[in-house]
Amino acid sequence: MELPGIDTLLANAVAEDLSIFHPVSPSGIAIAALAILVLAITGGIWLIVSSVLMYCVVRFRAQTGDTHEPPQVYGSMPIEIAWTAAPAIIVFILILVTTRTLWEVEISPPAPTAGDQTLFVTVVGRQWWWEYQYDEYDGKKLGFITANELHIPVSDPAQPRRVYLQLKSADVCHSFWVPRLGGKTDLIPGRVNSMWLQTDQPGVYLGQCAEYCGTQHANMLLQVVVESPAEFEAWLKNEAAAALEVESAARGRDVFQSLSCVNCHAVRGTIAAGTYGPDLTHLMSRVTLASGQIANTRENLREWIADPQQIKPGCLMPAFGLSDRELDDVVSYLESLR
Amino acid sequence: MAIAAQQRELAATAGWTAVLHEWTTTVDHKKIGIMYVLMSLVFLVIAGIEALLMRWQLFYPRHDFLPPDTFNQLFTMHGTTMVFFVGMPILIGVGNYMVPLMIGARDMAFPRMNALGFWATFFGGLLVYSSYATGGAPAIGWFAYAPLTEKTFARTAATDLWALGLLVSGVGTLTGGINFIVTILGMRCPGMTLRKIPFFPWTMLWTSVQIVLVIPPLSAALIMVLLDRNLGAHFFDTQNGGSAYLWQHLFWFFGHPEVYILILPAFGMISEVIPVFSRKVLFGYEFMAAATAAIAFISMGVWSHHMFTVGMSKTLDLYFAAASLLVSIPTGIKFFNWLATMYGGKIRFASPMLFAFGFLSMFLIGGLTGIMLAIAPFDFQLTDSYFVVGHFHWVLIGGTLFGLFAGLHYWYPKVTGRMLSERLATWQFWLLFVGFILTFGPMHIAGMLGMPRRIYTYDANRGWDIWNQITTLGAFLQTPSYAIFVINIVWSYFKGPIAGDDPWNAWTLEWSATSPPPSYNFEHIPVVRSRRPLWDLKHPDDPDWKYE
Repeated sequence: MELPGIDTLLANAVAEDLSIFHPVSPSGIAIAALAILVLAITGGIWLIVSSVLMYCVVRFRAQTGDTHEPPQVYGSMPIEIAWTAAPAIIVFILILVTTRTLWEVEISPPAPTAGDQTLFVTVVGRQWWWEYQYDEYDGKKLGFITANELHIPVSDPAQPRRVYLQLKSADVCHSFWVPRLGGKTDLIPGRVNSMWLQTDQPGVYLGQCAEYCGTQHANMLLQVVVESPAEFEAWLKNEAAAALEVESAARGRDVFQSLSCVNCHAVRGTIAAGTYGPDLTHLMSRVTLASGQIANTRENLREWIADPQQIKPGCLMPAFGLSDRELDDVVSYLESLR
Repeated sequence: MAIAAQQRELAATAGWTAVLHEWTTTVDHKKIGIMYVLMSLVFLVIAGIEALLMRWQLFYPRHDFLPPDTFNQLFTMHGTTMVFFVGMPILIGVGNYMVPLMIGARDMAFPRMNALGFWATFFGGLLVYSSYATGGAPAIGWFAYAPLTEKTFARTAATDLWALGLLVSGVGTLTGGINFIVTILGMRCPGMTLRKIPFFPWTMLWTSVQIVLVIPPLSAALIMVLLDRNLGAHFFDTQNGGSAYLWQHLFWFFGHPEVYILILPAFGMISEVIPVFSRKVLFGYEFMAAATAAIAFISMGVWSHHMFTVGMSKTLDLYFAAASLLVSIPTGIKFFNWLATMYGGKIRFASPMLFAFGFLSMFLIGGLTGIMLAIAPFDFQLTDSYFVVGHFHWVLIGGTLFGLFAGLHYWYPKVTGRMLSERLATWQFWLLFVGFILTFGPMHIAGMLGMPRRIYTYDANRGWDIWNQITTLGAFLQTPSYAIFVINIVWSYFKGPIAGDDPWNAWTLEWSATSPPPSYNFEHIPVVRSRRPLWDLKHPDDPDWKYE
């Protein structure tokens, strides 16, 4: 059964599409199909019951001056049984379709094997950004870390490329939600959850944290970048490499390394080995800053380093009170981290 | 009227301190009931203002009206206040006033404990609000997920005051629940067997059973939070091996039955109002009564449907989905019986029935969106989105609040001896009805478009702005309806037409007492033979007890 209209109604309102009715993954599609069935069933119930209600309201209004009491009807066993049985049947059907979709959507991760073209990523929720540890792809160990923008390869019918996410939290509860890629899964400290993604539609899909996690919960944004296998592998190769050493940025590097930046941030191949903040080894391969809140431009980066609290009040990165010159140098250094 | 006259006389002769003294020391179930309702209305205004501030912040994308922490404190306090200091106490208050009258008793079973219950709730509320004195209210959300409540993440004493306040008010709620159970089981007038009890006390009985079963686990969990924060325990301290998951189970084991605690009394009020204003006996009383008990039982076993995305097994997901769907069967039975009661009646749309109509038309939708949320895979998308916010406001306002207003308009003449203005009540109803739909309807759409709840701001490019703007306009449209209600109850108290004992030509025992009833309620304890003793009196030729 289809409900024409509701789909388009919801979709047309969107600038950046985040509608759960425009899924691009197998689990998202299964959920949307179930959702439309449930909307049709509940819509039908609403239509029937509210029609009866309106009929009663219109038909059985008291006439003015009529003081006779209507016949008193105390109940009826057959009628009661009928309207107990009818919802029971609907509930039974709903349980069946729920079961089917549950078993379609919830899949445990397999063991990685060579040639499976399957990606394994560990997602760590942090106040208020996402850490992605790329574990394995196609049976090969990866072992680099990036943040906020999750790159995955596009799947195609001939060669499915699944992505299995291990979900953990470093602090409080979070929830990973990219509506067009399916339902959300929570990241709970002390537990390891899992979910899987797969899509044959390249593009950028927006999402964000869906479990209240403190001050900047609203700006714990994320995006999933779905690329062709070639693009994805090129990206992998670049990310796996150590940070570039650019001579012109040496002064900025020295400033960066002389400050407490290195206590929280890592730049692989240098003395910066902090793990509390996002890994900056290839910062320039990301299109956003501050967990998806602002575009990764030189001006924004400079403003962010000058005072993160202006952009993301309450975030855990302090302002360091750098001089204009130091700021320019640090920004130049970070801009060299391609 | 008697009370009003008495009060005025007392004030004139002995001064306002005497009135104050009388009200603060009273153990009369009626005065305690009135205090519960008035306290709840004050908290309703406070929590309503909190909601309006949040709505203005969300009117524009990236709006700069409230800083994030302030916003987070507001939704924490709004939720906490509405559930613990508006919803429960106002229902308990109406129950306090009406239950002894409806079962032909002179007071509640434990009058002093009754007063304790009110004052514990009141001071619990003050304790929660005193958190503002620490520099800001807690910013943990009303369900306060661990470990956000640990000292590491919530450093000020605000969270301690929140937990202490709920602990104290929990004592009040619990004593109230015990009192109702004992009163209803032990103090019914001669002839009123359990099968002949009016419907509102019956629902209060089951609400009370739930209160007694689920408030203690909440209290235990709150004590665990306090131990973690102040004595270095590690129940929910995940950095030291505590469990975030445990809090969720404990909280929702309370939290889900809580919503039935909030809806069953509204079912009861509707079940009193619909028959009287349709001029027909409640259709299928036994099935209605059994359905109430069934809802209370089933709702004790569905709590983890708030936790479908925490990574339970498929089997557990399925169990909680199926159990949640089962609730819709007894709820459906209730709904159909209300419709059958109206069918063939002679319906008069006085204000109580108007609100009952609002209840029926809106609660239906809230119930159906509840079915969507019970479908676990669908819930993977909907949970923690604005769809959920839309859903539970639909049930709590469309269900509980409309039901409550039906009850308040129905019983106001009994309590004050005067009628409310129907004209003001009609304005109140339509402003609320339209404003409510505009406020909470678009939330469902925003949620399906991917908007998570509890965000203080959002980007313009996500297509959520229009839905948030309609929501905010709806909220401002609703606001005057509450003002009209307050004006109506104050104005009518002094100027409303005299009501008499039985203005609605109703059938239950409270209408045989004077309006307002004397402190002892009934001169002689009544004796009943049916569920509608006043029908029997008014129709001696065709009494109910012949058919029951």
